[in-house]
Amino acid sequence: METIWFFLWTLLWAVYFILDGFDLGMGTLMPAISKSDMDRRIIFNAQGPFWDGNEVWLITAGGVTFAAFPNAYAVLFSALYAPLLILLFCLIFRAVALEFRNKIENPKWKAVCDLGLFLGSFAPALLLGVAFANLFMGIPIDQNGVYHGNLFMLLNPYGLAGGVLFVLMFCYHGALWLELKSEGELQARALKAARIIWPLLLAMVLVFLALSGVYTDMYERIAQHPVVWSFLTLAVVGLLATRLALGSSTLGAFVGSAVFILGLTFFGVFGMYPGIILSSIDPAYSVTIFNGASSPLTLKIMLGVTLAAVPVVLVYQAWVFWTFRHKVTEEAINNDSHAY
Amino acid sequence: MDLVLLSRLQFAMTVFFHFVFVPLTLGLSVLLAIMETMYVRTGNEEYKRMVKFWGKLFLINFVLGVVTGITLEFQFGTNWSRYSAFVGDIFGSLLAIEATVAFFLESTFIAVWAFGWERVSKKMHCFAIWMVAIAGNISALWIILANGFMQNPVGYVMRNGRAELDDFFAVLTNPYAWGEYFHTVSSAWMLGGFFVLGVAAWHLARKNEVSLFTKAVKIAAPFTLIMALLVAVAGHHQGMNVAKLQPAKMAAMESHWTTQKNAPMYVFVWPDQEEGRNAIEALPIPGMMSWIAFGDANAEVKGLSDFPKEDIPPVLPTFLTFRFMVAMGGLFIFVAAWAWWRRKDIASDKYLSKILPWMIPVPYVVIMAGWTVAEVGRQPWIVYNLMRTSDAVSPVPAESVLFSFLAFLGIYTLLGVLDIWLLRKFARKGPEPANPAEEA
Repeated sequence: METIWFFLWTLLWAVYFILDGFDLGMGTLMPAISKSDMDRRIIFNAQGPFWDGNEVWLITAGGVTFAAFPNAYAVLFSALYAPLLILLFCLIFRAVALEFRNKIENPKWKAVCDLGLFLGSFAPALLLGVAFANLFMGIPIDQNGVYHGNLFMLLNPYGLAGGVLFVLMFCYHGALWLELKSEGELQARALKAARIIWPLLLAMVLVFLALSGVYTDMYERIAQHPVVWSFLTLAVVGLLATRLALGSSTLGAFVGSAVFILGLTFFGVFGMYPGIILSSIDPAYSVTIFNGASSPLTLKIMLGVTLAAVPVVLVYQAWVFWTFRHKVTEEAINNDSHAY
Repeated sequence: MDLVLLSRLQFAMTVFFHFVFVPLTLGLSVLLAIMETMYVRTGNEEYKRMVKFWGKLFLINFVLGVVTGITLEFQFGTNWSRYSAFVGDIFGSLLAIEATVAFFLESTFIAVWAFGWERVSKKMHCFAIWMVAIAGNISALWIILANGFMQNPVGYVMRNGRAELDDFFAVLTNPYAWGEYFHTVSSAWMLGGFFVLGVAAWHLARKNEVSLFTKAVKIAAPFTLIMALLVAVAGHHQGMNVAKLQPAKMAAMESHWTTQKNAPMYVFVWPDQEEGRNAIEALPIPGMMSWIAFGDANAEVKGLSDFPKEDIPPVLPTFLTFRFMVAMGGLFIFVAAWAWWRRKDIASDKYLSKILPWMIPVPYVVIMAGWTVAEVGRQPWIVYNLMRTSDAVSPVPAESVLFSFLAFLGIYTLLGVLDIWLLRKFARKGPEPANPAEEA
């Protein structure tokens, strides 16, 4: 049961990364890829109907951590106090930038919102990467789950490598999404960005996997559960497939990129199995999915709720993606009074 | 500074700020759904412009509700980690269910509604706003079931050093939570009603779009009156729940010190918690408190003096906010009835058309007072009679909390200013002019 929940927990994070990843990636790329106000408006509107629904996956991941692994939730969120609150502040900036940019006709305000979107995208991408890398490595918690560290200890080489990896991963994903949603020059620039980022991403994946051998005990743990290697295989297949599809079908490349994110998330998180928060002070202090889980009754009820509700969510979210499948054009923006 | 105090201040501030946006979302979404249904049924473009006008205000409000809500969900972990570990088995699952069954629905359909005017059919568009309204109000139910567990813990068993779920059905049918839910939701709907009335009255007094705004008043006035009455009914019912389940809170709400039968209610009271009595007590209404608390003028009401000193909530804030809330409840019924009586021509009543715009902020303040009664009155417990607030806090450095408190304060102040400024700007601007081609 705990393992099922660990799987679902990982899945929620992976879906969040896949969905909000393209929003975060586009926001991060925006300063580099946009040349005019209309370019930026297209980038804003390319995430318009989606970002809010995507962000709910983060909320659900947080809520499920609380429900299924309350001890992990308690230890993790108080340990990562500062980075987590910075992440939330950045997400506030992003939402405000998205919703209010077009509500005030003032170039300075628009510049502020553009900066808000960039920071509100780049910083969460980086922080999520830093946080997960540190989790893989273990954080200094004692037997009572009290954290003995600070924000700067998280910014170690391995944590930073994780951050860079996430930023590149999301930027690549976002570039593909933008290619799908735009036309003309902006579309061409998005495709070019994807072509430039892919080799960097590949290199960063290799660096991260190598550093994982140095900084973490991931491979020792995986040796006991060799099935985890299949997740890495999935990630590699996705990463190669996305490059192969890049010239012919951007949608195919986007799917490949999603598969890559899915595989990589599962590989990294299951590299901690059965730990969920590893202690770098003493492995005995780690919170595992067994000593951190909720009671069997709660897990059972939550499983029922999740299995009933999440497929429905996927159906109506898919329907929204289908309804708003059209490209975001200058004409469409000018005709829509709600456009960002 | 003291870690517990800082953590409480931060939580109080962020939850109050979040609850600036929540009631309008709950109430206005229902009104928008009614307006849009009118549009679909009659085909009258005026209703469509009405929906778009209030819809714009709704969306400004909505996004801030979303982002300020996320910080709360994570704050249980960041600032109240011992509490989270203690009750996560129950409390956490209620929050998780809220996200999966309600918040997804709301966030997804709000996008369809905001961006879908030209993309989906009229009926589907109307369906979307109904989904937003229903999901929002279901969302509130799960959150209040979670809060209800803190107020009146049920369906749990103490095991492994924490409260574990024993009877899910008992958690779902917690009478305290349901009373709280109806009181909260009716007040939120009433707030939405006053919001529509206030904006409409402002424009009607200036003879803007008279036909459109009169139609809006005809929808909002009966709605507001019904809700104002329901708030009072649900509030009284909840008061009786409190009397039964949280006697210390009830005694603090009334500043009632000595256990007695046939307890009177005093019109003028000023509590003195140090001395354990009232400094001022005048104009008793015999048996009134017993009757309000238990529906029986002879019932015994337990006084604060009969509780251990460390279990008594801060009396003055609980008492004052409660009195204020009750008095304002009367005012709401009066003004809503007045607006309903003059609903066909608000502008002809120069007092009413001046008062209504000023009524917009009042329910906000009163709702905050209501939450103060509920949350301060529960102290010193975070989970009533089960866990003390001082035992619930995260082991994080007080300086971290001070920094985050100041950051929240700064960011939320800016957001608040921006929100009010934008709402005012778009509320005053009025609906987009009718498009002659569409009218034809």
